[in-house]
Amino acid sequence: MTYIPHSPKERDVMLATIGVKSLEDLFKDVPAKHRFPKLDLPPALTEMEAAVELQELAISNENNCTDLVSFLGAGVYNHYIPAVVDHILRRGEFYTAYTPYQPEISQGTLQAIFEYQGLMANLTGMEVSNASHYDGATAVAESVNMAYAQFRGKRTKVVISPTVHPQYRETLRTYVQDMGLTLVGDDPLLISNLDSLISLIDANTALVIVQYPDFFGRVFDFTGLIEAAHAQGALVCVAANPTALALFKTPGEMGADIVVGEGQPLGIPMSFGGPYLGFFTTKKAYIHKMAGRLVGETVDNRGQRAFVLTLTAREQHIKRERATSNICTNQGLLALAAAVYLSLLGQTGLRQVAELCYHKAHYAAEKISKIKGYELCFDAPFFHEFSVCCPKPVAEINDQLLEHGILGGYDLGQDYPSLEDHMLIAVTEMNTKDEIDALCEILAEVNHD
Amino acid sequence: MTEPTIYELSSPGRAGVTFPDPDVPRAKLPDSLLRADLPLPELAEVDVLRHYVNLSKYNYNVDGGFYPLGSCTMKYNPKINEDTARLPGFTFTHPLQPIETVQGNLALMYTLQEWLKEISGFTAMTLQPAAGAHGELTGVLIMRAYHKDRGDAKRVKMLIPDSAHGTNPASSGMIGLDVVQIPSDARGNVDLAALKAACDETVVGLMLTNPNTLGLFDEHVEEVVKIVHECGGLVYGDGANLNALLGILRPADVGIDVMHFNLHKTFSTPHGGGGPGSGPVGVTEKLAEFLPSPIVGILEEGNDDMPPLFGFITQKKTIGRVKSFHGHFGVIVRAYTYIAMHGADGLRQVAEYAVLNANYLRTRLNKTYRLPFDRICMHEFVAEGKVEGSDIRALDIAKRLMDYDFHPPTNYFPLIVHEALMIEPTETENKVTLDAFADALIKIAEEAKTQPELLHEAPHKTPFGRMDEVKAARELVLCCWLPEDYEKK
Repeated sequence: MTYIPHSPKERDVMLATIGVKSLEDLFKDVPAKHRFPKLDLPPALTEMEAAVELQELAISNENNCTDLVSFLGAGVYNHYIPAVVDHILRRGEFYTAYTPYQPEISQGTLQAIFEYQGLMANLTGMEVSNASHYDGATAVAESVNMAYAQFRGKRTKVVISPTVHPQYRETLRTYVQDMGLTLVGDDPLLISNLDSLISLIDANTALVIVQYPDFFGRVFDFTGLIEAAHAQGALVCVAANPTALALFKTPGEMGADIVVGEGQPLGIPMSFGGPYLGFFTTKKAYIHKMAGRLVGETVDNRGQRAFVLTLTAREQHIKRERATSNICTNQGLLALAAAVYLSLLGQTGLRQVAELCYHKAHYAAEKISKIKGYELCFDAPFFHEFSVCCPKPVAEINDQLLEHGILGGYDLGQDYPSLEDHMLIAVTEMNTKDEIDALCEILAEVNHD
Repeated sequence: MTEPTIYELSSPGRAGVTFPDPDVPRAKLPDSLLRADLPLPELAEVDVLRHYVNLSKYNYNVDGGFYPLGSCTMKYNPKINEDTARLPGFTFTHPLQPIETVQGNLALMYTLQEWLKEISGFTAMTLQPAAGAHGELTGVLIMRAYHKDRGDAKRVKMLIPDSAHGTNPASSGMIGLDVVQIPSDARGNVDLAALKAACDETVVGLMLTNPNTLGLFDEHVEEVVKIVHECGGLVYGDGANLNALLGILRPADVGIDVMHFNLHKTFSTPHGGGGPGSGPVGVTEKLAEFLPSPIVGILEEGNDDMPPLFGFITQKKTIGRVKSFHGHFGVIVRAYTYIAMHGADGLRQVAEYAVLNANYLRTRLNKTYRLPFDRICMHEFVAEGKVEGSDIRALDIAKRLMDYDFHPPTNYFPLIVHEALMIEPTETENKVTLDAFADALIKIAEEAKTQPELLHEAPHKTPFGRMDEVKAARELVLCCWLPEDYEKK
């Protein structure tokens, strides 16, 4: 099955117009000995057959809707997505359009991005947002590029908290390898100490990166840390969970210079890791060094309010090797999903979701901490995720949970040697009290085995 | 005509969705850590839906019409792909689930890796990069890592033809390489003499787009590769134009060492108004151990009764992870569906008809518009947006095309052609559409002489006219707020 609409007669007329005899004749520039390789691919399927094959692959997974009850988070969260979100995303007018380089016929996308920018700036307490990055991890990496450019390469140190998502830190290390930057703080043994992080900040520090809530779910007020960083002239980037921002003080209020994060919780399915949404917000003073697309308000020649991509001279297609970043294609459709999600929930709905997460997670934490053999690792305030010290290896516990149809929490020992037998448990509005009670029951059983 | 912003539509007390009351006791909130207010708009569900439906109507899109945007491969996006990507068995899987519970996902990813290897000739593949430029970044990091691993640390130069996409130099610049631009020759190929002169022991490699952004297959591609290899450099293939080569040429067969794919171009996953894309990277044997981690592999071979166990593999000398998790899985499902339905013959037809369509349009237009390189092209070609005896520019022609209900071609790119109009029709357009488009461009050339003001002021029939871009950049209004917050800002 192909989607080629030509009739044989049309094809022949076209070949004649061009002045060649056959389709093969169009490829004479291609080296003859390599031309038309025989590709060993399975026979083509009809749509009907493809639908069956894909369904078979899909149902051979155990999913978090009909098969499993999930307490797994670690950066990706199972939230309810209102029906309207996908109905908008499925409009061909949005998803089959290109990047809005022709504003006269792209106002739908442009205004939606403009609104997304406003929604994210308001959510994070910042002044401006760009049109998106690939995900939370690359948004963190781009914050370093921005800070590095802001100081014109003269500050070469980045302090990053070990309680930033391990995969974000890993991605950052990939991005900055051989750039002459020093990454410090990225030491799994520093996990519960904000002061030790502050002690690493000096006059050569370009950027300090922390996560809010941190990877262990804990909520700290970073105002002091940010003041300390600013005293050294350094910038601060906070990687934030957007759902938590409905409830907690914004990083903007604490004085952060950059707020980034993973936008997946805002109406985007978990979909085995992507596509997600990296959001990136900052202060107006830094936008010339910010990567990514940016939509601004203007008027058209008929006097109508309208929107265009602006400050494009920062970007790769103009600045080429001198651009802050190479980013071109971003996560446009996912930014639209987040905008629709935030518009639908509004201040009441988003706060409701955040509070549901909070109450249910605290109910679960309280209950688990009373089970013999389990205790909460930290006493700091937390949002919807918390770390539990377990009586047995996490992998063993998770195997047993899985037998009961429960997807257990994240095994922190994978990334933090000192946290062996520690499980990171996430609870969202999707988890019922019954599910939490069932989790607790099995956790208790596991300890008795 | 304009639609208010979502904030302007807000009215206190409305809600678009409500959630159940908690079924657990309420916990105490930490007062000192709470935010005071949450300035998000308040609308009912129907208001939100209508708002975005209204906005959608202002968008030109492939579902609605012809989108011959050069370099972007705006082909038809099959609807079945949207359905398969949304199967709950896929969308409700968490990326950190135990591998035993996601064998369907992993089998799909493994198979797509194998298919892309077969299509391109490479021996190893990562699906992790998020988009074309992200694939480039991955590729150049791999190239540098390869040289450093051989103890060859003096290579700091990346050679890039002057016709390249801006992402090529940006990707190299981003990791601190020096970019050296290589000119094109009179037939649009890489200038071999200039290439030879630039090749020395400090060269990391060459980033080659082939067919290039003029839509031309480099007539000396094997020679180009040889020259770079002889100085110890590697050749990066920018796969943005792979649509022309499916079943025609496997890039690795002519010596390309590393290449990214754009699943959102070649394999018809939709562009989404600017993403998500997906930029898998293929490499030859000697670069395989540098791929970002993890990639999907077989952990235990299967047999007649048991399927293999798929899982994640970390490459020995990996450059590291380039994003969180395993890539844009939802996009990967769409590409898998597309390739499964095409098979080898179908993919070759894709390339053949994409090239047929481009050459047909080229032939229909080459008497009206000057083509700086008028030879058999691949999937796209570049015309000069000028008309003799008229002061109109490529921009005017592009805007006037909108009045004929076509999306304009890419304009002002590639940079080496003045007033460039870069036209890529793709294989999914029929002759009737192509003829209508050619007729419109021919008519516009007439208008340029007889009624130039019609073009200078175009578009006329679209809901919006030309934009004041200077005002946007000067005033920098980048956000919207609740009406009561406007004064504060």
